[in-house]
Order: sequence, then C-alpha cells, then structure tokens
Amino acid sequence: MNQQFKRELVGISFISPWLLGFLTFTLGPIIASLYLSFTNYDMLSSPEWIGTHNYIHMLTQDSRYWNSLKVTFLFVFISVPLKLMFALFVAVLFTRNYRGVSFYRTVYYIPSIIGGSVAVSVMWKRLFGLHGALNSGLSFLGIKGVDWITEPNTAIWSLILLVLWQFGSPMLIFMAGLKQIPKELYEAASVDGASKVSNFFRITLPMLTPVIFFNLVMQMIGGFMTFTQSFLITAGGPLDRTLFYAVYLYQNAFTNFQMGYASAMAWVLLLIIATFTALVFKSSSAWVYYESDGGK
Amino acid sequence: MTLSVRRIGFHVFVIAFGLLMIYPILWTLASSLKPESEIFKHAGSLIPSTLEWNNYIKGWSGFGTTSFSIFFRNSAVITLFGLVGTLFSSSVVAFGFARLKFRTQSLFFACLMITMMLPSQVTMIPQYIMFHKLNWVNTFLPLIVPHYIGGSPFFIFMMIQFFRGIPRELDEAAVIDGCNTYHIFWKVILPLAKPAFMTVAIFSFMWTWDDFLGPLIYLNDPKLFTVSMGLRMFSDPSSVSNWGYMFAMSVLSLIPQFLIFFTFQKYIVEGIATTGLKG
Repeated sequence: MNQQFKRELVGISFISPWLLGFLTFTLGPIIASLYLSFTNYDMLSSPEWIGTHNYIHMLTQDSRYWNSLKVTFLFVFISVPLKLMFALFVAVLFTRNYRGVSFYRTVYYIPSIIGGSVAVSVMWKRLFGLHGALNSGLSFLGIKGVDWITEPNTAIWSLILLVLWQFGSPMLIFMAGLKQIPKELYEAASVDGASKVSNFFRITLPMLTPVIFFNLVMQMIGGFMTFTQSFLITAGGPLDRTLFYAVYLYQNAFTNFQMGYASAMAWVLLLIIATFTALVFKSSSAWVYYESDGGK
Repeated sequence: MTLSVRRIGFHVFVIAFGLLMIYPILWTLASSLKPESEIFKHAGSLIPSTLEWNNYIKGWSGFGTTSFSIFFRNSAVITLFGLVGTLFSSSVVAFGFARLKFRTQSLFFACLMITMMLPSQVTMIPQYIMFHKLNWVNTFLPLIVPHYIGGSPFFIFMMIQFFRGIPRELDEAAVIDGCNTYHIFWKVILPLAKPAFMTVAIFSFMWTWDDFLGPLIYLNDPKLFTVSMGLRMFSDPSSVSNWGYMFAMSVLSLIPQFLIFFTFQKYIVEGIATTGLKG
C-alpha cells in the first residue's frame, strides 16, 4: 500500500468518531434545516415547499418575532458588557497577594457552578416573588415591593441580574490573563511616577485586550442563545417582555410544531450571531493589542 | 498604617459582597429546612425556628408514582454513559488532530472549529426529526449516543490543546523503539494525559447533569425524567403543594455538582483559565 494513502487512512480512522458525528449530527442537520426553512412542516404530513414565505412572514407580519429580537438584543447589550466589567473589576481586585484571596475566588465562583440548573431558576423565582426574600428585606425599609418576576417592567431585569450573578468564568479567565502581564511594565511605570489609575488604563487594559476580546465573543454568542432561565423563570412572560429569541423558537418548534418556521428562525439567528461575531473580529484590529505584532 | 487600613477595607468589602453573592444559596438551604408556614412569612431570614427534616423525606417520595430516586438514577445513567463516551471520543479524535499528519486534516480541523461556534438551534430541529424517525424519542439514546461520536467539540479542542503540549520527542523515541501509531496513542500519550482526562470528565459531568434543553425535548415520560426535569415538574405552580419539599429537592439536586466542584476545584479553575471553557 502506498505510504501516503496509509497515513491518510490512519489519520481518518482516528478522527472517524467525530467525523461520523459531524456528518450525521451537524452537517446533515445544517443542510436539512436550511431546506426545512423554505417549507411548511408539522411532522405529520411531509414538508411542503413554500419558498421564502417563512422568512417574509417572520420579517413583515410576526410582531412577536420582532419583539423577541428586541428583548434578546436588550438582554445581550445590557448583560454582556456589565458582566464583563464586573468580572474584570473583581479579577483586578483579586490580583492582590492578600491572604484568603483564593478562598474568596472560590466563593465568588460558586454561583457559576450551578449556572443553568433548574434549582437556581426555582430559587430566583421565589427570591424575587411577591413574598420572597427581596421584598421581605425591603419591607424593613418600609418599601412595599412588587412581584419582580411578573411585573412587566422589572421581569427582564431579574433575568439580567441572574446572569450577572454568574460572572465566575470570565472572572477566572481575566485572572489568568492578568497573571500573564509582565511585572516589569508596572515597575517601569512606577519609576516614572505613574498613578494606579493610569497604570490600569495604560498597561492593564491594553495588555488584557486579547482576553477581553475572547470573553466578549463567547459571552455574546451565549447571550443570544439564552434559553433556560427565561423559559423556566418567566416562561417568556409577562406580556412577552422576556420572550427571548431561543424561547420563541422553541415554542414554534415544539409547542406549535411549525418546524419549517422554527428552522427559518434558527437560520436568521445564525446570521445574526455570525454578523456580530464578524463585527467584533473586524473591530479587533483597532482595539486588541497583540504583543507579537509589536503593537497595534 | 495606611497599608493595613487598605487591607482591612479590601477584606471587609470582599466578604460583604461575597455574603451577598452566596445569600441566595444559603437562603435556599435555610428554606429547605423551614416549616411550610415559615417560608414566606419570614422570607428573608436564614435561620429556621425548627429544623424540618421532613421536607427531605416527603419531598424525596415525589408525587404520583415517581420518586426522586428514579430521577436521580436516570440522571446518573445519562451522565455516566455520556461521560464514558466523551472520554473515548475526545481522546481518540484529539490524537488524530494533534499528533498525526494527513492531507484532509486542516479541512476537518476547520470544520471542528466552526461546529464549536455553531448555535445549537440550527441543528436542533433536524436532529429531533431524525431521532423521532429512529424511534429514539422518549429514550435516553439521543442524550447519550452523541457523546460517543464527538458530540461536544469543546472537549476535543481541549484535548488537542493538551496533547500539543506533550513533547514530540516522546513519539519519535517510541517510533525508534518500534512502536506504531496505535501504540504511541495507548502507551505514550494516554498515560500522560491524565490531567486532561480529569478536566474533561469533570466538565462533562457538570454539563450533562445540568442539561435541561436536551431532556426537555427528548423525554416525555416522567419515569425517564432527569433530576432537572423532575424538579421542573415538581415546581409547576399548578402542582406545587408544599414549597418546603421543593426547596429540599432543589438542594439535593445541587449536591453532586457541589461535591465535584469542591473535590476537583483545581482542575476546574485551570480548565477554565487555560481553555476558556464556559463553566
């Protein structure tokens, strides 16, 4: 047997479990989902080709769809920057060599371990409910609280607070990034008499931009796909104020069995995520500092 | 002097804020031990007047015919079988990508990276239709089988990163000793990859145990429900009879994750820090 052919065969045989999964569970479904997005399909009768009707209906007639977009964008654009700023703030705080820092780090990470679990959703619902712990605390101050979960103006904020509470992963990634910054930079700056604040903005922040970039991309993608919290805590309500994109998609697919329409929604979601990721990547040359390039 | 003031200020701030962060968890724990009448009366308090262990005993029996022992057993079966599959597929595949050289490698590697970024919503519907046609809906198979064929590209990527850190000289020495590719994988790489196995196993456990969307889509029969699905059924406002039971079962559902976290904290912290896995 030809040497090169043999090498090819050995290589492919090692990656074959993934290759099989990729073809059947990823590539096949991607193509199928694109096809289904141009059909009307309820899983009882076979798919019926209706051209771009799903997309046109979605973009011109479905006001709940537009609402779900609005809610999701609001959620992503508020929660992601806040979460990253907060994670960075705590990570910088934890760079001090004080005793107990590693214990504190563990405590601050605890909420993130149980991130998407049902128990947390149950807990949140009761904490912020009408007779929950928050209102109990407020009543000591003489304030009569509302049911934060079912009040249309506050519902989304209770979900934003929930994801902010789980800033552990970006915090750990920031902490690892902060350790990589050479100490000499700060020593040189202190010789020049630079203040702590200017050190942060002129050394820490620029040196950390690759890590910020990474966290931003990951959190943004995750944010657009948020499902469990909204589904369990508010069920998309009240008045669709927390009807996230992924929740509306789920409802269309598995409650209404409109598989074609839901597939079209999935493809638009893919385009949205791809566009935003591409924008962040494109903007990165302007603000992400890579040492190996000798600066920007 | 000023230094120690700042130091005290730091500790006071961090501890106060830390208490606020874990308050919801302590509150759940406290509520799980409160008598039903007390849960919403003194809602904010963390100290039950008496310890109501009955919440755990009554809660465990669930409702109807399904008890939490069934939910826990189901979660354990799915998590363990998934774990074995993930370890098998991610190590074998990662070896192919990290240690071998073949022509289609870079093409497939690009595919792997793209799958990591792909929103699961795009493949979710055709996958469901496929499993439905295979008659796998309402079995554990859709939740287990994908693990065996590289269902989580994140773990493959993690293993690749780890394998790349193992010196190539070891492979070369093994070749001189007459080892073929399979021997290198079994005898050289695998024994050195223990930390990577640990990290992958821990994250695989945490994510599968926590998974909600998968069981939500594929399991309809309460006898097959995982802990998260059981808890959700239990917390349905129309069927909640007793919040104390509910909190008690919430606490139990979190215990496996806490145990793993506190036992293997080092691996988790390093895993997140070095590969940026979402925890």
